[in-house]
Amino acid sequence: MLTKESIQRIDREIGKYPQDRKQSAVMAALAIAQEELGWLPSEAIEFVANYLGMEPIAAYEVASFYNMYDLKPVGKHKLTVCTNLPCMLSGGVDAGEYLKKKLGIDFNETTPDGRFTLKEGECMGACGDAPVMLVNNRRMCSCMQPEQIDKLLAELE
Amino acid sequence: MAILGAINPMLTVGLDGDNAWRLEDYVKRGGYSALRKILAEKTPTDQIINEVKKSVLRGRGGAGFPTGLKWSFMPKYVPGDKYVICNSDEGEPGTFKDRDILRYNPHSVIEGMAIAAYAVGAARGYNYIHGEIWEIYKRFEDALDEARAAGLIGKDILGSGFDFELFAHHGYGAYICGEESALLDSIEGKKGQPRFKPPFPASFGLYGRPTTVNNTETFSAVPFILNHGADAYLEAGKPNNGGTKLFSVSGHVNRPGNYEIPLGTPFSTLLEMAGGIRGGRKLKACIPGGSSAPVLPAQTIMDCTMDYDSISKAGSMLGSGAVIIMDETTCMVRALERLSYFYYEESCGQCTPCREGTSWLYKIVHRIEHGQGRTDDLDLLRSVTTNIMGRTICALGDAASMPVQSFVKHFQDEFAYHIEHKKCLVPPEIQRAGSGFFKATV
Repeated sequence: MLTKESIQRIDREIGKYPQDRKQSAVMAALAIAQEELGWLPSEAIEFVANYLGMEPIAAYEVASFYNMYDLKPVGKHKLTVCTNLPCMLSGGVDAGEYLKKKLGIDFNETTPDGRFTLKEGECMGACGDAPVMLVNNRRMCSCMQPEQIDKLLAELE
Repeated sequence: MAILGAINPMLTVGLDGDNAWRLEDYVKRGGYSALRKILAEKTPTDQIINEVKKSVLRGRGGAGFPTGLKWSFMPKYVPGDKYVICNSDEGEPGTFKDRDILRYNPHSVIEGMAIAAYAVGAARGYNYIHGEIWEIYKRFEDALDEARAAGLIGKDILGSGFDFELFAHHGYGAYICGEESALLDSIEGKKGQPRFKPPFPASFGLYGRPTTVNNTETFSAVPFILNHGADAYLEAGKPNNGGTKLFSVSGHVNRPGNYEIPLGTPFSTLLEMAGGIRGGRKLKACIPGGSSAPVLPAQTIMDCTMDYDSISKAGSMLGSGAVIIMDETTCMVRALERLSYFYYEESCGQCTPCREGTSWLYKIVHRIEHGQGRTDDLDLLRSVTTNIMGRTICALGDAASMPVQSFVKHFQDEFAYHIEHKKCLVPPEIQRAGSGFFKATV
């Protein structure tokens, strides 16, 4: 189900925990699976559960509890904008509105060409750099004024 | 560089250049000397814990619990595994200091954790890092590799016979995992739901073993205390409020960022360091310790000094040191609406008063903001908060209630205006200008 490289990365995560505590690696394993597949279909969650020797339902509980797992397909680039209060005071909500207009979609929607999914995020712990956006859970973009957003979208096309 | 200013810094001193985070630079700044000394001299663990107690280092994550006291709760004569955990799950709106500590000074955290592990008899530790800061997580892993290669963590550290394995655990988006027992469940590979206490982590923590959990900034302060002595640390702050603290200043200021200042520094000095209010406007309100801390009106906060006791006396909490500045362009109803949505979204759902109550709080503030408020809504809000507070396993319910109570208390007229006139006291175009996003409108 996953490439050899992903499995190796999961094995490295398992190595961080005591031998009888493989389940501790479930968050990392799900993240690695999502990174490879783009989202987390049930089969991937089940695969991870079996690989770690835990019940599939227990892995599903984890996948559905944490916000950054995508249990439905998302676009090639998932853009998460923080709109929480500190960001809002410095344009986080405006940045969200600007992106909605530019992409022609609402939060939790994907552009028809499958390129972008827009999400509203909660505090990313980077409020001093507001407005803040996260690309595909990995890359944090700071001080996203209109010009910077335009530049980012062009780069991601 | 997001650490924009400091007065007598201890945590952020000498962090110049792109390689400040690297082991080589940290050692040049005197790094790992405290750990080396302890291991070479085989310092008695009680002596270390007493020194930390004497420094009055208080937990920098939000609760302000004395660190030395926490360490002393770890059982001394229990055989088997014990753990030291660093809480870098920094998601309290307004807080972004731990991110910068891990980015610019990760080895101070590693050294602090190794010293803590030695003091409490732990052989393994984890640093739980907030999901959204992947790049910082990678950097911390790189710093761990450096420390491991230099024999500063791992087996038989510096030939002392002391073992300490340390790893990074990456979160994946759940505010509640900042609560220490939820964090422990999360490391165990479960949903992050807070545990009922007692038992406390010192007796039943990770995998049911004795565990001590401290914040990133707390660990980062430990090497200084042991190098320079508890008195030097305590004297830098004020009595009962030892040391310096990183304050994350966000919102309507000219220079949002992190500032390291001694506890007891006047709020007005911090505001000035952050460049004052944008556009020369007037301060309206300030949340001094992260979104869960009660809001204070301008005239109250201007009289405060930045330390646990002064902020507490003024009716709020120093919390994580996240200072959210709101100027006169802020609609307090809209501000509270967004905070209430956050707690509703992040409630883990296990306690009914919090799960249902946070939903109620959000819905009521939402309808006031959207011109559908009812005359008895403010009483209803107060009633919902008193029915949540003290009736839940963890503090998230209280954290959701305190903003509501304080916003309604200090800005009652603005809420009443909203309900009566079905619109904001602050016109929408003024609010929009305040954010500075569309520069043309400022």
